Amino acid sequence: MTAIPTAERALKRSGVWMAIGLLLMAGVYVRALVFTPEEATQGLAQKIFYIHAPSAWVAFLAFGVVGICSAIYLFVKDPRLDLLAASSAEVGTVFTTVVLVTGPIWGKTVWGAWWTWDARLTSTLFLYFIYLAYLVLRSAVDEPGRRARYSAVLGILGALLVPFIHVSVYLFRTLHPMPVVLRPGKPELPGSMLLTLLSSFVVFTVFYLALLARRYAWARLVDARAQSEADRADASR
Amino acid sequence: MGRVLAQAWAIAAKDLLLEFRSRTAFLSALVFTALVLAIFNFARDPTAVSSVDLAPSVLWITFSFAGVLGLNRAFTLEKENRAIDGLLLSPASRTALYLGKMAANLVFVGAVEAIALPLFALFFNVPLLDVLGPLILVIALATIGFVAVGTLMSSMAVNTRFGEMMLLVLVLPFLVTPVSAAAEMTAKLFAHRPFAEWAAWLRLLAAYDITFVVLCTLVFEFTLEE
Repeated sequence: MTAIPTAERALKRSGVWMAIGLLLMAGVYVRALVFTPEEATQGLAQKIFYIHAPSAWVAFLAFGVVGICSAIYLFVKDPRLDLLAASSAEVGTVFTTVVLVTGPIWGKTVWGAWWTWDARLTSTLFLYFIYLAYLVLRSAVDEPGRRARYSAVLGILGALLVPFIHVSVYLFRTLHPMPVVLRPGKPELPGSMLLTLLSSFVVFTVFYLALLARRYAWARLVDARAQSEADRADASR
Repeated sequence: MGRVLAQAWAIAAKDLLLEFRSRTAFLSALVFTALVLAIFNFARDPTAVSSVDLAPSVLWITFSFAGVLGLNRAFTLEKENRAIDGLLLSPASRTALYLGKMAANLVFVGAVEAIALPLFALFFNVPLLDVLGPLILVIALATIGFVAVGTLMSSMAVNTRFGEMMLLVLVLPFLVTPVSAAAEMTAKLFAHRPFAEWAAWLRLLAAYDITFVVLCTLVFEFTLEE
């Protein structure tokens, strides 16, 4: 009977993290819009970079978490890992949506086209399809043990597929801006922009963790309530 | 190892015998393939796009849809009368079950492809004979890759709501690498480009096959009831 209060406390705690994440995010945007110089050729459109790039990082990070939780789940069969993977998949889907919405807005301004079949666009799009397949698969299986096993299998395969897709589209052609931070030699970005970008990465990661904790705590609470109801039904019989 | 292969072969032979007796799935896959090839011919403007430029995409779209159709068969067969329970109770290991199902699917898809390929050459007027050897290698590698993933996915999809639709949603993302590699290599072959231009694709496809055949064999047991 202690499961419900514990889950409720965890949900409350995650609210605090959410608030911290949102505050930090507001801070990063004030810095990005007011205190970071405008890029010379792209102008204001470049500001979208501070949402787009960190969201993309979180989208891939979240699927990494899905893959790792899935792989461990198949060995230890702990239902909490399944809930964690499912929570990460849902949060990751949201961030992938942000990437796929902000990308074309920037692309239309700078490239003159909403969409191109470039390496990173395509791998992000397919990451999105795998996320959707994962969520659809979960909704189509009722029995919890089977749902956990099936989604773990898809989680592992999906995590391995993403690099393959990336390489295959890379072999076609690419139009995306080349990496400006993680590249051989020194970062190409001016110091003030680099600082804004790196802090947005940190803030988005914090926000992702907060959302993950909140979604996970909520899933645990739903489970705990369903369990206690089942217990009560058993006791009254 | 020899034992596993013998068991796998027994399962594949059983599936193929069942299919050979009814031929329903095979004939419908074949007619479907011929129809797709014919419809493609009317869905293009022959004055704007020459058929050789379009041919690789047509070939690979046709093969991948025909392949996915065939994949449904493997486990729906076992779901009727819960025949899967019999297989799980038999001394055959889970690995043998996966390899057997995969082998039967390979033969099935391979047979459809073997008949569709000359038909494709006829409809699209592509000179196949001088590139036949390398083309068969490309087709074989791409088919192994997507049948490996597809067999695993169909074992899950059969136990979900709207299983046939689910199989498409699960498998299609995994087709990007094999299909784009195969289509790209097919285009280079038809254009008689040197091997060096498509060697990178061949390496990628081989790496995909090895990764996913091994991985799917390892995780297959988790798609079955314990």
